[in-house]
Parts: sequence; structure tokens; C-alpha cells
Amino acid sequence: MSLNGSAAIVGAYEHPTRKADGLSVLRLHADVAKGALADAGLCKDDIDGYFCAGDAPGLGTATVAEYLGLKLRHVDSTECGGSAPLLHVAHAAAAIAAGRCNVALITLAGRPRAAMAEAQARAATANAAAGAGAKPVKPPLALKPPDPDAPELAFELPYGPATQNLYALVAQRHMHEFGTTSEQLAWIKVAASHHAQHNPHAMLRNVVTVDEVVNSPLVSAPLHRLDCCVMSDGGGALIVARPEIARSLKRPLVMVRGTGESLKHGMGGHIDLTWSAAARSGPAAFAEAGITPAQVQYASLYDSFTITVLMQLEDLGFCKKGEGGRFVQDGNLISGVGKLPFNTDGGGLCNNHPANRGGVTKVIEAVRQLRGEAHPAVQVNGCTWALASGIGGALASRHTAGTLILERL
Amino acid sequence: MARRIPKPLVLPDTLAYWQAADEGRLLVKRCTACGQHHHYPRDICPFCLSDATEWATAAGTGTVYAFSTMGQGEAAYTLAYVTLDEGPTLMTNLVGADPAAFVVGQRVRVVFQPSDGGHAVPMFAPFDVLV
Repeated sequence: MSLNGSAAIVGAYEHPTRKADGLSVLRLHADVAKGALADAGLCKDDIDGYFCAGDAPGLGTATVAEYLGLKLRHVDSTECGGSAPLLHVAHAAAAIAAGRCNVALITLAGRPRAAMAEAQARAATANAAAGAGAKPVKPPLALKPPDPDAPELAFELPYGPATQNLYALVAQRHMHEFGTTSEQLAWIKVAASHHAQHNPHAMLRNVVTVDEVVNSPLVSAPLHRLDCCVMSDGGGALIVARPEIARSLKRPLVMVRGTGESLKHGMGGHIDLTWSAAARSGPAAFAEAGITPAQVQYASLYDSFTITVLMQLEDLGFCKKGEGGRFVQDGNLISGVGKLPFNTDGGGLCNNHPANRGGVTKVIEAVRQLRGEAHPAVQVNGCTWALASGIGGALASRHTAGTLILERL
Repeated sequence: MARRIPKPLVLPDTLAYWQAADEGRLLVKRCTACGQHHHYPRDICPFCLSDATEWATAAGTGTVYAFSTMGQGEAAYTLAYVTLDEGPTLMTNLVGADPAAFVVGQRVRVVFQPSDGGHAVPMFAPFDVLV
């Protein structure tokens, strides 16, 4: 069953906060749900399907539905990290096509930044109370302990995999295989910063240069500090509806045309870091939409790190494998300058990476572009076709990719 | 301060791997049905789903596939993928040399490092270095 034309995105909302002091995780989910409903011109009782991932507390769908008083006949808690909202949109379109629901709400929200600051403050208070000479209390490095039942972790955690060094392995291998340079990766951050300067909510609004990126401190070679995304609180929500309902609303019509999902893992030790799961989700989405990458006028690409963007550009077919470095240089991703404007909100690299998950903001900015509601300085003229892509997990080990192709009617 | 190596979260089906590591031997799982080696080790072969898997002692030699050094000074450590001569690529650390001296494609051999209150952990070092 093709999902092309089976549903439309009728509501999109991004929480303005980047540090959620005094706001609970559920309050953030509720805030973004309200924002997306208002954006769509729908009310709570119109929602009959609800989607969330592992960032929702408690029992996920049930916990959020109870807080919001939702009456549902379809729920989906597909959890695959930051790409989950991309899959949720596709699953909502499938549920709508199957008659399981008419109006689906998708939320993503969290407060890792505020939670870490609170943990550090608690450790400082405990140390002050204990006085000099006592063994100092350290704040936790991670907010959640590893799952002792995950068999792969015994063969990974002793070696200190962090998100940064896992993505660095991919960057290093790309450089080794294809001659990609740090300067080329830096162009991705430079493009994001050109866009972020126009976003009043962006965490990093200063335009940076290639030199500034490659001269920022090495986090995990070859990735520098400015190759990494921000850490932020907040979130976002989407509302996906049956096309007849979408046409009855006053918002521009943003139709789901193509969807794809896939995952990649360690494959029993057959490690090949030169491709990501987007190499499978992308072609599926393009086939369903019936268009080619050359027809995409705007792309939201998951940007946990600069290398994440480079890999998706190649795997989604915007350029050949190994040519991503040349594709991104000289401002090719800057709106109004290059051939493929990307992440015109500033992306995770400069604007927002709420709950350590950049998926929902990718879809939201694609919707803004298709509606003509992006900032005028970065709006793509006559934007009709947009792509949104997410990578959840770690490129170097286990991750799930989701690709969406959307059309403005 | 040097990074403390977390002890492996050992599950029953991989206890033999860690006991061998304590004795200075690197094990790898081999499927007697399809003949392929795999890593991380499972009871069930990830290629053919046969449960006829057995432990084999690896030569302990391999090639650096990718690596990245994180942290400063004594706390710096190098995460890597090393491809064993038996076939599978495994996540590990490179040790025994200045991180700046490692290169992709370099030949390395297994060494065993103590973890923080648990089993020894296999890591890899250049051939000419005693660790």
C-alpha cells in the first residue's frame, strides 16, 4: 500500500524554550501539543491517534494521553531515538489510510539541559554540606543507567563509546576512504550558522567561518566542538490528518508523498561505516513519492554532527557516495546561495536539539518552508517539494533512519 | 587521572568469553552450520539463526579500521574498530602508543587490560609494543 497522498501535516509547533527551568517533561509535551493544535485550527477532541517515543515519561502514550485527557482509538510508541517523529508521521499516514484514526498527534519533548544543571547543583550542595575532606559527590555523567539486559553493551561500554567518538569514527573512515577534509565538514556548520542568525530562538546565532570551526577545540578527532550540535531543552509537535480534514482547514496543504524507514546495526561484526540506514530509507521514500533528489528544493537533514549531514546527503542521493565533501563546500547548503538549502532554522547544529533528539524540528522546519512561513531571509522561493531525514541512535553502531518527502499543494 | 575501564555487564551466554579474557585468550564465536565467525558473540548465529555455534580461540591479530581519541592528557583514550584476521570487526580501544601514531590499516595485536572490579578486557596495541 502506497502512503503517497494518504495524509497531510496540518499542525506544527516548536517550543520556544531552550532551557526548561521549572517546566516538567510532561508540561513540555502538553505545551507543544497545544501549540500544534492551535497551529492546525483543531481542538483536543479532534485527536483520535497519538504517537510518542522514549522521551515521554512513564508509560509513554498512556501517561501523556492521561495528562492531556485524550480519547484515542490508535496509539503508537515506536521508539528509535531522534528519528522517531519521522517514523511517526509515516505510521500515522498508514494508520489514517487503514481507517484506524483521522487526526494523529505526535509529540517530542525533554529537558536534559535543565536536568543536568539540577544534578550538578545537587552534587555541589551535597559537597558543601559534607565539608572539606569528605569524598566529593560527582554529578552523573548520564541521566539513565545502561540496560544490563542489552547483550551488546558488554562489548562496547568498557571502551568508552560516547556519542561524539562514535560519530568521529564515521568521520575518520570517510576521510580515509574518500579524502574528505575537516574544512569540508566545517562548511555544514557554517551554513547552519548563516541560517541561525535569523532565528531569535536559536542557541547559537553568530555566523561562524570554516577557520573558526576547524580551530575550535577537538572533541574527538577529527570532530571539533563546532562540528557538534547544541544540547537543549524543549520539543515540538505535529498533527497529521486525513486529506479531507486537511482541506477543511485554513492552513496551506502539506501532503505526505514519500516515506521510508530502515535500520542498521553491527551486522555480526561486518562493520562498514561508509553508509547509513538512510541509504535504504531514502530510496524507499523517493520511490513512493515518484520524484528524484534533484526535485527537492529544501532538505531538513539530521545534524547531530556535521558528519551526520554529509552521510545523509550521499545516502539519500543528493550526491554520489564519497562526494559529500565537495557537495557541501563553498556554501552549497546556504539558502539563497547554494543549490540545496538545508536546516534553515539553524538545525541542531545551531538552533535546537530538544531532548537530545532532533527529529521533530526537522519536520517542523520542512513544514514552515512548504507553507512559506520560514524566516524571509532563508525562505526558499516557491518551495513545493521538501525532504526531512532523521537518524536515531549512533551512526557507527545501531541507528534507525526515517525519510519523509512532502509536497505543498 | 586515567579513565577507569567499566567492568563488562556479563550475561550467562558470554561468560566463557570473559573467563578466557582473564586467561589472556581472545575468543570469537563461529557457526558450525554456516561456517561464519561473528561478534559480539551469541548463542544463535546472526547469519543463519543456527544454534550450532562454538567458541574458537582467535589469533588475536587484526587491522585498525577506524579510531578516534577523546579526552585530554592521562584521561585520553582511543575508541576503535579493529578487524580481526578471522573476519569480524569489533569495538575496542587502541593502547600502547601515542594516539597520534595510530593509522587506519595498521596491524595490531590483542592485549588484556584490567577493568574496574570485573573481568579483563581485550584491547589492541601495535605489534612492537609490550603492554
